[in-house]
Amino acid sequence: MNGPHDMGGMQCYGPVTPELDEPAFHADWERRVLAYTLAVGALGQWNIDQSRSSRESLPPVTYLTSSYYEIWRRALENYLVLRGMVTEEELRTGQAKTERANVPAAVAWEKLEAGFDAGSPYNRSERAAARFSVGDRVHTRMINPAGHTRLPRYARNQVGTVERVHGSFVFPDRNAATLSGEIDKTPEWLYTVVFDGRDVWGADTADHLMVSVDAWEPYLEPAQELVA
Amino acid sequence: MGDHDHGHDHDHEAGSELSDMDVKARALESLLVQKGYVDPEALDQIIERYETQVGPHNGARVVARAWSDPDYLDWLRRDATAAIASMDYTGRQGEHIVAVENTPEVHNMVVCTLCSCYPWPVLGLPPVWYKSAPYRSKVVRDPRGVLTDFGVSVPDSTTFRVWDSTAEVRYLVIPMRPGGTDGLSEEQLADLVTRDSMIGTGLARTPEAVA
Repeated sequence: MNGPHDMGGMQCYGPVTPELDEPAFHADWERRVLAYTLAVGALGQWNIDQSRSSRESLPPVTYLTSSYYEIWRRALENYLVLRGMVTEEELRTGQAKTERANVPAAVAWEKLEAGFDAGSPYNRSERAAARFSVGDRVHTRMINPAGHTRLPRYARNQVGTVERVHGSFVFPDRNAATLSGEIDKTPEWLYTVVFDGRDVWGADTADHLMVSVDAWEPYLEPAQELVA
Repeated sequence: MGDHDHGHDHDHEAGSELSDMDVKARALESLLVQKGYVDPEALDQIIERYETQVGPHNGARVVARAWSDPDYLDWLRRDATAAIASMDYTGRQGEHIVAVENTPEVHNMVVCTLCSCYPWPVLGLPPVWYKSAPYRSKVVRDPRGVLTDFGVSVPDSTTFRVWDSTAEVRYLVIPMRPGGTDGLSEEQLADLVTRDSMIGTGLARTPEAVA
């Protein structure tokens, strides 16, 4: 979805403002939101791509005027309601009024810690040979999917070069496609594709800039090079 | 999907905004505990882990070792995930790590234009600016301008190499080793490695700057 989250190249946001000796959290509630977002995530009711999709799907004004952990909290609340784990009224009051949803029990720290230590690798056994190799010139497709995608707008309809072949990975566009139905887990080859900054931003790009995205094979087709 | 906070007022002053956030965050926590979806003790442990244990001091040790040990640097180049796991830095948001090296010719910078992807096991949680609209929008188009925002400059001849973390691969910048550091131990070298130097918005500090 072409949402407010897809920010690469926009020129309206002003300078970056670093903060000297920045703390991990700027308010106690930020700590709490991080912690329960991860803890509820461990119940396995949605995956990471669905979480991202939920955050991106907030109304644009809400997204742009909310701080980071506020976006997390709002997106979490929306998913809790969609999964029937809480009601709107319960969110308003902070009081449980309905039965607990049929989901796994709260995950204890020992199990959470083991999960955090192990992580969740996203690479999968390949189901076919990779279509592209390092050095291949590729064209990123012009797509504007209604759902979740990880091909930023600035990197669509561009010609770049395959710099790395990472292996076969879970494909977010399908992994986030539905919250209630069966998820198509078919993996796709993942590549780092690098573009010349002048191709992406124009001939007056001041510096020598090379910018890359990590792109799954369905985003790519062989480049049809013009012969000079 | 809808946003249920229809009545939220964004015009009120910052102080009450904070307390409003606090009230809403606590209401949700209370609800999650009442419903048995989270274990309150686990929440405190999660905070402890990501506020104090996991942070850029981990990445600094990786960089210091790469500066000191050519075999380790070679391992990082071939398989950074395994090389970093050998130092016990593993897990969530670091399942697939690639190390990229700054040189006199090439300056690497890392971003996630779509959200906030960041190598947690080596750098901890991302700073606010990394997740902000100014950084996400600007660095893919004007990396030199971003460095200027950080008070950092590199030679005009430098090629900028910007990595947009659009998948689950996480990138760790290996900054250039400062001069005058020949006799330093790995521990002393690690003190020169800042978080920003491992994202690409800074350079490693010189021994004089640290002294």
